[in-house]
Amino acid sequence: MSDIASRVKAIIVEKLGVDENEVTPEASFTNDLGADSLDTVELIMEFEKEFNVAIPDEQAEQIATVGQAIAYLEKNVK
Amino acid sequence: MQLKRVVVTGLGALTPLGNTVPEYWNGLVNGVSGAAMITKFDTEKFKTKFACEVKNFNPEDFMDKKEARKVDPFVQYAIAATHEAVVDSGANFEELNTDRIGVIWGAGIGGLKTFLDEISSFAKGDGTPRYNPFFIPKMIIDIAAGHISIKYGLRGPNFATVSACASSNNAIIDAFNYIRLGKADMFITGGSEAIINEAGIGGFNAMHALSTRNDSPETASRPFDLDRDGFVAGEGAGALILEDLEHAKKRGAKIYAEIVGGGMSADANHITAPHPEGLGARNVMVAALEDAGMTVDDIDYINVHGTSTPLGDISETTAIVNLFGENAYKLNISSTKSMTGHLLGAAGAVEAIASIMAVVNDIVPPTINHFTDDPAIDPQLNLTFNKPQKRVIRAALSNTFGFGGHNTSVIFKKFEE
Repeated sequence: MSDIASRVKAIIVEKLGVDENEVTPEASFTNDLGADSLDTVELIMEFEKEFNVAIPDEQAEQIATVGQAIAYLEKNVK
Repeated sequence: MQLKRVVVTGLGALTPLGNTVPEYWNGLVNGVSGAAMITKFDTEKFKTKFACEVKNFNPEDFMDKKEARKVDPFVQYAIAATHEAVVDSGANFEELNTDRIGVIWGAGIGGLKTFLDEISSFAKGDGTPRYNPFFIPKMIIDIAAGHISIKYGLRGPNFATVSACASSNNAIIDAFNYIRLGKADMFITGGSEAIINEAGIGGFNAMHALSTRNDSPETASRPFDLDRDGFVAGEGAGALILEDLEHAKKRGAKIYAEIVGGGMSADANHITAPHPEGLGARNVMVAALEDAGMTVDDIDYINVHGTSTPLGDISETTAIVNLFGENAYKLNISSTKSMTGHLLGAAGAVEAIASIMAVVNDIVPPTINHFTDDPAIDPQLNLTFNKPQKRVIRAALSNTFGFGGHNTSVIFKKFEE
């Protein structure tokens, strides 16, 4: 697992209060991990803070699963 | 229209003296001070370095970690105290009409810690707004009532009352009135406050409202003492279950006491100073007595607002002497803030609980920390100094006043069929 992937997972476990085993690449924040709309916004903000990137709203709306978050950050984090 | 009778059927308390009603009451009758040096932040640069903090509180005893993180401490306190009150009431909400059970919850300030944290992080940034999406719903005062309703599925009237330090007395009075009018069967009511942080202590210090007796925190809250120098900040929550008597009887509920009157008034004088002759204080006690259909000789105990400020304590005792006349010298008076500190928006609720427990147990909790008489306070008054007193308490009146000149008074009476 890449460094980015493990840091993303750690944030999700902390913010959504879920078990690490549940945080699979396919897991949807809202359907599988119990996030509501506010949780999702908070997660994106935490990713921005952790990786020092700005994720535009239109991009953020496309990030619905753990895998999508990791893929986006691996591509955009320098 | 025949007004319904309203009784108290459940109590919950999270206080600087203890985290349940039995621990709180035990602390009160034993004259324990809840004050100590502040542990929640570094007080080095603050004039006041002590307060009455809640101790050994773990929000995860009442909600999961994820939920605890999304609510301000004032809501965590509300959830903890209501949990105790609901369990104590024996109410099974699945068997009751939850459309007719409401929540009215007071706080004076609300999510100050959340506000401080979010604004501080904005101020440290480059001006880009990066507010947490939970900032607003963590901070707003009404969210405590919202969370309680969500937890228990209560769909009756739901809102917050805000009148500074009188807030939770206003909540209790509103809940009482709605049940009396037949608008609801039952309420979870009370209030919570959590302002022991840099903004809360710094703000009250700036007003010269807080005691600065840093060398003796446990004797700093000394209502009516000549050397009192301000109030001691407290925090916590008090929860009461108020219920239509017939509803309570039908489910076989235990009844602590009957709530029989509530009064409200304004000083219309100054934003923070009390009326010098205690005009608003007098009027609010008159209003509560009239509401209850009682006279001054029906009251055996007054739990005063008595915050240990130089002006407030004099105006309140002046009001009591003016209104109660000779009866002022027969009844017991005490300020439990001498032990708990001032819980601000939660003060009305925890002092209502002290008054109810006094009526139930026929014990007047003391005003501790009395050392020197103040010549400005009538020496014939029985202010229950330093030791609790046993006496039959037919009815107790509890005063709570707030910055802005808001005055409230509630009366609890021994329950009789």
